[in-house]
Amino acid sequence: MQLEQMYQEIILDHYRTPHGAGLREPYDAESMQINPTCGDEITLRVKLDGDTVAEVSHETLGCSISQASASVLTDLVVGRSVEDSLRILGAFQEMAQGRGKVEPDEDVLGDGVAFAGVAKYPARVKCALLGWMAFKDAVIRSERSDSQEATA
Amino acid sequence: MSLDVTKIRGDFPILARTVRGGRPLVYLDSGATAQRPRQVLDAERSFLEQHNAAVHRGAHQLAEEATDAYESARARIAAFVGADPGEVVFTKNATEGINLVAYALSNASSGCNAAGFPGAERFEIAAGDEIVVTGLEHHANLVPWQELCRRTGAVLKWFEVGEDGRLDLDSDPITPRTKIVAFAHQSNVLGTVLPVEELVRRARAVGALVLLDACQSVPHMPVNLTELGVDFAVFSGHKMLGPSGVGVLYGRAELLAAMPPFLTGGSMIEMVRMEGSTYAPPPQRFEAGVPMTSQAVGLAAAVDYLGEIGMDVVHAHELELTALAIEGLSAIPGVRILGPTTTEDRGGAVAFVVDGVHAHDVGQVLDDRGVAIRVGHHCAWPLHRRFGVAATVRASFHVYNTPDEVTALVQGVQAAREFFGVS
Repeated sequence: MQLEQMYQEIILDHYRTPHGAGLREPYDAESMQINPTCGDEITLRVKLDGDTVAEVSHETLGCSISQASASVLTDLVVGRSVEDSLRILGAFQEMAQGRGKVEPDEDVLGDGVAFAGVAKYPARVKCALLGWMAFKDAVIRSERSDSQEATA
Repeated sequence: MSLDVTKIRGDFPILARTVRGGRPLVYLDSGATAQRPRQVLDAERSFLEQHNAAVHRGAHQLAEEATDAYESARARIAAFVGADPGEVVFTKNATEGINLVAYALSNASSGCNAAGFPGAERFEIAAGDEIVVTGLEHHANLVPWQELCRRTGAVLKWFEVGEDGRLDLDSDPITPRTKIVAFAHQSNVLGTVLPVEELVRRARAVGALVLLDACQSVPHMPVNLTELGVDFAVFSGHKMLGPSGVGVLYGRAELLAAMPPFLTGGSMIEMVRMEGSTYAPPPQRFEAGVPMTSQAVGLAAAVDYLGEIGMDVVHAHELELTALAIEGLSAIPGVRILGPTTTEDRGGAVAFVVDGVHAHDVGQVLDDRGVAIRVGHHCAWPLHRRFGVAATVRASFHVYNTPDEVTALVQGVQAAREFFGVS
């Protein structure tokens, strides 16, 4: 059955007990992203501590793939520098959009390698990336508000 | 007349293919786009191999033949929906048809009726006028009206949808300021068939125009637009066993005659001078540029095909499948059907949610078993919001579907519950 290739046990585990689920205070920036083809939405908050991602929390109204992806994201970026987290994001995105032809690096992506199977289903790539796009947007927003504070 | 589905399936080459590692295709997504029989493919091919030319221009033999084929297609499609050929305008799709009317209305407003068609004031929309739609519309019959309101200062109002998926007729927002009432004949999500006669009566009572989105009705049931008494109607070719890239805007003859154009350019003119132009009578006035031709020919072949089966037979067959789907899905714990759960005033689209399993995930399990259905909001986002769900699973039928395919759907939904551990 091809289904298990996509829904690997790691993904189903994260789906059933998602990390970072539930919006938390305080936070530096929030981003809401919508998948217009299916109506799924995620609201994701980021709290930075200097250059480090201190906390990620999210509320996801979406399928198992989008929920599990936001959970894995939380594990991968919390405690990392912003630069590192964006590098992981780049690697995840490359894998997700690689049509199954990009060999993921487990050292960089951790549980994220489980989404390699999703990459073979173009219609589901957006689901896997929804949370990551929200994270990227939130980081950009928090950096922007930082620089506004600095110049104020 | 009874239906020989096996014979019909033989006309659709694509239904014989397999998907996802050798599984037979179970195509239950005709509400999005229907498959095409060999007769339609052959008609397009034969037109292109024998008669292709730009229509309504040129005096050579191919130009004549192509024009004849195009106009014969118009006549056959018009007859299929009880209209006169002059009342059928070919568009790219139904969405373009609705936009054509919406833009013609604003072109008639704000003093833009330069060509001065007598009676065009009928279409003028002023600030504070009202456009009425319903809460179950496809985005194609909602967004163009939102935009018309933005351009003109008119106000958009709508009928609410009841918990049963029927229109709440008590939420009637029609007033003497209502200029047009636009609604779906059949919901593309819930399958609900709307009470056209009653809505036409209410619109008429205040002198409002009526536009019917017939995308989900004309392909599936007998529809006579003249008898329904609507002013405008739209439907698209690809949902009725015909090609994509062709749709129809129906307009009552006297209205089309008075209506200003939307797209302008070649083919739609009467006389052109540098200082200004006058425009051709309908339907040409609304068909600027070289039109789609093999697609129109293909659509005519599709209505011939459907006409030969008989639309009452098509409809009865689809309702039989719908009843089976409702029965089978309702028997699964945690499955909730949105919309009517009987076949009364209903068509063959069945939308549902599965408790604890997102629509996308249900769709993935079905796809893995070769069952093609639609997941998401089906371009009816406000309707989904009204039912408090982000997405639904929708199965939709056409004349080529079988009871066994409904069984495959039901079994697939059960399998999805098992896979995600909610059974």
